Amino acid sequence: MEQEGEVWVYIQHQGKDVVEPSLEVLGKACELAAALKVSVAGILAGEKVDVLAEKVLMYGAQKVYVLQSRHLEAYSPVIYAKALCKLIRSKRPAIFLTAATLQGRDLAPRIASALRVGLTADCTDLKIGSYTDHKTRQEYNNILLQIRPAWGGNIIATIVSPQTRPQMATIREGIMKMPPQVRSSRGEIMHIPPDVQAGDIKTTVLKRILTGRRVNLKAAGIIVAGGAGMGTKDNFDLLRQLAHALGGEVAATRAAVDAGFIDHEYQVGQTGISVRPKLYIACGISGAVQHLAGMQESGKIIAVNTDPDAPIFSVAHYGIIGDAKDVVPKLINTYRHLSH
Amino acid sequence: MAFSIIVLIKQVPDTTAVCTQVMKDDGTLNRSALSAVFNPEDMNALELALELRDRCGATVTALTMGPAHAAEVLREALYMGADRAILLTDRIFAGSDTLATSLVLSQAIRHFGAVDLILCGREAIDGNTAQVGPQVAEKLDMNQITYVDMIEQIDALKCSCWHEVEEGRELVESKLPVLLTVMANANMPRPFSAKRIMRFKNAKAPSELAPGAAMEELARCGLLIEEWSARTIGVDAAQCGLAGSPTRVQKIESVVLAGKNFKKIAPDDDGIRQLLEELIADYTFD
Ligand SMILES: Cc1cc2nc3c(=O)[nH]c(=O)nc-3n(C[C@H](O)[C@H](O)[C@H](O)COP(=O)(O)OP(=O)(O)OC[C@H]3O[C@@H](n4cnc5c(N)ncnc54)[C@H](O)[C@@H]3O)c2cc1C
Ligand SMILES: Nc1ncnc2c1ncn2[C@@H]1O[C@H](COP(=O)(O)O)[C@@H](O)[C@H]1O
Repeated sequence: MEQEGEVWVYIQHQGKDVVEPSLEVLGKACELAAALKVSVAGILAGEKVDVLAEKVLMYGAQKVYVLQSRHLEAYSPVIYAKALCKLIRSKRPAIFLTAATLQGRDLAPRIASALRVGLTADCTDLKIGSYTDHKTRQEYNNILLQIRPAWGGNIIATIVSPQTRPQMATIREGIMKMPPQVRSSRGEIMHIPPDVQAGDIKTTVLKRILTGRRVNLKAAGIIVAGGAGMGTKDNFDLLRQLAHALGGEVAATRAAVDAGFIDHEYQVGQTGISVRPKLYIACGISGAVQHLAGMQESGKIIAVNTDPDAPIFSVAHYGIIGDAKDVVPKLINTYRHLSH
Repeated sequence: MAFSIIVLIKQVPDTTAVCTQVMKDDGTLNRSALSAVFNPEDMNALELALELRDRCGATVTALTMGPAHAAEVLREALYMGADRAILLTDRIFAGSDTLATSLVLSQAIRHFGAVDLILCGREAIDGNTAQVGPQVAEKLDMNQITYVDMIEQIDALKCSCWHEVEEGRELVESKLPVLLTVMANANMPRPFSAKRIMRFKNAKAPSELAPGAAMEELARCGLLIEEWSARTIGVDAAQCGLAGSPTRVQKIESVVLAGKNFKKIAPDDDGIRQLLEELIADYTFD
């Protein structure tokens, strides 16, 4: 008999490796599966993906389902959704998660629509809990609680899909912790030939401009971020110097990006990157919810702002009420002095 | 050839201009705290459609599902240049999640007839889900290209567009009909035309009119916005609104900032030295 009610994670891959956001989701899925006492499985789809299965097991999956076909060589939503829906219909997992990457957010809604199940976008946390329907008073236990900001980050909503299976969610990148990698893995790798044809590929790639993952802010242990309060591009350079001195990276708010101080790819927040470095130094940043959404999980936060009422201080561990143009050079000089 | 293009537009609360509490004391959303606006990326989708019309000929229809006052974004679509505007409104649509919304929208598009392109915004700023586009495409058994910022080529059978993917940008080709979701950086939406404002400012959807208003008069002047109900498009109540929505909101909380007690550091050399010493002692820089 097939075990029903597993927790599944779609494992995205790129350039012969699995992508980090999928592994972050796998880490969370392991917690959920443990709470539900079911297995956690990774789902790989592609042309030659069996080589990645071992790695998925090493990051905590107990099973890997491999959908391998030459027709799945390149990601394309229609054919991928078809292959995955078929597998979901036959194995009936309780939960199906994908990272909220561009691909995850392209694919998941297509699957949810075909299966007529609920889907919650861009969750920042997941839990197992219970839910009582206000109208029918019916109680549902062991339900996936899908937690996400909404309304431009002004509210946090907990969403459930009590009656349909699988319960589906996409998970924001950079929020869940990467699970530890174990040296040797035990687990099942199951090859399931997908029932797809060449005619299911509806998009043809004509050209590709690869820019890669340009800045790797997520991997940075120390981030020095600047906002509109830095005033000028030249002042913003002070932050580059501080980041350099501390061995960190620079980042910015949307207002700083809009002002032309730095490129969009350095933007932290709801419409930028989510980060959780050991240390986040916020200079001239007011602390709008959309910015906080991307950095409030940081280990330690230092805020430098002239306005003592700036909301950034409400998430800060250390607050310096002062002019960033004076404080930053002091930080650079004093750090150089102390670290010698 | 003239393409038939439908642009899906949505009226959303202006989440960028939150000034008062967005939550009422009873834990429900205070919708009146926010004004209602044209979802920004839907304007980019409409602009893309209008550019295509300028380039190769098309009829552009704006379609929205919402309460009567959502007709406001249809008027704005007419001000920008849309050829036709349709309001999908029905009490039973209330409370729809993305699955139920996409069911109603796709059913309306079937009722509309032949289309070559469906354009959506990438995401709406109220829910930020970016799900409705792909879900509509799936319901219509149509291909989708998400995160589009440019249509490179289009002919009667196929089109190619640039879109964003994890590794960079791709030019992809698809047969028509296809659904595209359009990003903010695709273009600059054109301003409302003063002439069109004069022409359409009194356009109204039937639901907006007081009972007994002169509907025929409006229709005669071409100022009656088309309005479709669940019955018009043939969806049953079980599939739309709250009944057709598998998701439920268990809880909503206003974002209250942690209000941690931060340690205040003096902005002078002494303060900063103490701070850095503390961090060094904590191995923060290692
Ligand atoms: C849908 C949506 C998505 C968004 N996504 C993001 C996002 O992903 N990331 C993001 O960052 N923003 C995002 N925003 C924008 C966000 O709402 C804020 O507008 C933005 O974060 C503000 O940036 P800021 O703090 O740099 O600027 P401001 O709010 O202008 O703050 C500048 C601060 O600098 C202080 N200051 C001024 N001079 C000095 C000085 N000399 N020294 C020290 N301090 C000084 C001021 O007191 C002020 O607090 C989004 C908005 C919307 C609506
Ligand atoms: N009620 C609606 N009426 C018309 N179009 C909609 C509606 N809801 C969503 N859309 C379209 O779907 C896109 C994505 O919305 P969302 O999935 O809510 O982020 C929007 O930018 C619109 O183009």
